[in-house]
Amino acid sequence: MLKPVNKAEINFPSNSVNEGFARAVVSSFLAQLDPTVADLTDIKTAVSEAVTNAVVHGYRDTIGTVYITIKIFENGRAVVRVRDRGCGIPDIKQAMEPLFTTGGDERAGLGFAVMQSFCDGVKVSSKEGRGTSVTLTKFFAKKE
Amino acid sequence: MNVRLLYKEGVLTAKVNGEVDHHSAAEIRESIDETSQKLKPYCLKIDFSEVPFMDSSGIGLILGRVKLYKLWKGHVVVSGLTGSLNKMVELSGIGSVAVIEKEVG
Repeated sequence: MLKPVNKAEINFPSNSVNEGFARAVVSSFLAQLDPTVADLTDIKTAVSEAVTNAVVHGYRDTIGTVYITIKIFENGRAVVRVRDRGCGIPDIKQAMEPLFTTGGDERAGLGFAVMQSFCDGVKVSSKEGRGTSVTLTKFFAKKE
Repeated sequence: MNVRLLYKEGVLTAKVNGEVDHHSAAEIRESIDETSQKLKPYCLKIDFSEVPFMDSSGIGLILGRVKLYKLWKGHVVVSGLTGSLNKMVELSGIGSVAVIEKEVG
């Protein structure tokens, strides 16, 4: 198992106002990789989607804690894990289909599609009644 | 307030300010909808030129207004999209239900 060269952990209540806080923390921690603006915006967007899922779906009718772990490995690889102890996803395959949503009219159902398109890897594990964990991997190339 | 509204000759322009996510989209939506339902403009123009960041909540925001404006046969135009917002808009395919105005020059 590779050891990360640096690591940060944050947790906060699932109030929607914290969505901006979460992606700002991730982006300022990853700034040490000297990333391009485009790469940094990509990971910010993916984190925003994952945290929104925790707020909107994981803790649908309640406020719970969202846990984020950010790890930096050699060669510019960053792994961000967003975890909740909420209701869980009964059918992960269906949840990851573009346009599928249980979030009502104002949700586009694009969360997972965006994470997949803006990151190099997305892993989802979930257990009904126990919570969901989304692991985002992105490789940051050094600026030219 | 993260949206400024301007109504002129049947066109409602909504100039959005700041980051658009699930949290901020709620306030923007309420503001646009309140005025829209009163005036029923034939066109809603959403200007994103002052939006540095947007996640898929922005797509939900556009989609929801397209549905609302359909009620009185109005339409939605999206403008001022820069780099990363373009990527999101292209991925979503929202261009099939809303007019995407490309920046000139």
